[in-house]
Amino acid sequence: MTLIDLANPSRFLALSARVLPWLAAATVILLTIGLYQSATAPDDYQQGATVKIMFIHVPNAWLSMFVWGVMSVASLGTLVWRHPLADVAAKSAAPIGAAFTFLALLTGSLWGRPMWGTYWEWDARLTSVLILFLMYLGLMALWRAVEDPSRAARAAAVLTLVGAINLPIIKFSVDWWNTLHQPASVMRMGGSTLDKSFLIPLLVMAVAFTLLFVTLHLAAMRNEILRRRVRSLQMMQASQKAA
Amino acid sequence: MTALAALIRRDIRIALRVGGGALIGVLFFLTVVVLMPFAVGPDLAQLARLGPSILWLGALLASLLTLDRLFMADHEDGSLDLITMSRTPLELACASKALAHWLAAGLPLIVATPVLGLLLNLDMVSTGAVALTLLAGTPALTFTGMIGAALAVTLHRGGLLMAVLVLPLSIPVLIFGVAASQAAITGPLSFGAPFSILCALSLVSLVIGPFAAAASLKHGLD
Repeated sequence: MTLIDLANPSRFLALSARVLPWLAAATVILLTIGLYQSATAPDDYQQGATVKIMFIHVPNAWLSMFVWGVMSVASLGTLVWRHPLADVAAKSAAPIGAAFTFLALLTGSLWGRPMWGTYWEWDARLTSVLILFLMYLGLMALWRAVEDPSRAARAAAVLTLVGAINLPIIKFSVDWWNTLHQPASVMRMGGSTLDKSFLIPLLVMAVAFTLLFVTLHLAAMRNEILRRRVRSLQMMQASQKAA
Repeated sequence: MTALAALIRRDIRIALRVGGGALIGVLFFLTVVVLMPFAVGPDLAQLARLGPSILWLGALLASLLTLDRLFMADHEDGSLDLITMSRTPLELACASKALAHWLAAGLPLIVATPVLGLLLNLDMVSTGAVALTLLAGTPALTFTGMIGAALAVTLHRGGLLMAVLVLPLSIPVLIFGVAASQAAITGPLSFGAPFSILCALSLVSLVIGPFAAAASLKHGLD
């Protein structure tokens, strides 16, 4: 089973129908475990109970960048390999990524209020994530502005790859600019600075959110394929009536 | 090389003659700057403080306004097809078109900056700093905006969609442009660091812009 075997939408539909229930079940189980662990995690000596926002905020923020990464790979698939499902993958990932980015901004803002004393600060990481959110919205507007899906796909692919430049800027913004947002503490050289009692629930939540994305993405891709089928059937019907 | 020089000469000539609309950008720039005192109040000290930001915002919007037509006119009269089919690489042709656009529409904005600085109560040093940062930063605006213009021509949709796509890409340029000019005027921070980043952004967009625009033209036109 290689990537090219999935080029046939029917085969993709059949395979994803078999995989989806398992993925959904795994997501639910991991989310339950992760939420339970985060709820029972000890309070921070400085931040108190608000530290629990981290278990939602950080996975959302990771996913907001991960989804753009997935879309960039799919865009390469559209432009370079002309994989027939690549643009379906790119299109259906955009709203999910926008939702994750919005949740990251929202939870960050709610966390910032008690910790920094402000809902919003024009700090490097917050600003670059906000730009990412705007670019998700622009991309969705682009998909909606053009009727012909393949034409929209190529334009969106170029824009996605240009926008991918923003990802390293977000990742390293807290290291390059000394700002309010704390520097990288989980994935850094020399090991994590986070205590085990926080790190394990966080990693479980991260995996659970990634599974959630994969589940939602597969379901959205199936919907998109079916939507395109309905559209072409409707157009066939219309042209038959005209004839 | 001669083909590219001819392309640049042709684009500048078209932009400067009747119907070209390169100087409309300057007029728009002037109008935006004149509107600002009505919005923030005619307090001269406050205008001087906001001056660099107002000038940068005006230049950003003015260059975006004129970029809309970068490929559209060529697409309508068919010369874009000739350019894509010619033996010169499309990336270089795109870069020359952007260069011609910057010479015709971007440079006049910088030339107009001292006059507009006068309106905003900026002194010589501040005006010079803003003009210098605009000189370093507007190429980045043109070359990233070109991507949006190329997308717009392949989609047959311009205007607001292009603004939505291009404006987020221009935020870093705006941040470092304003930071550099503020640093030169008041700031305790050094002028060199944000100015170098601004130049770096221009150079990066010089590389990425033509490739992305050429890719979207190649894949989009059919």
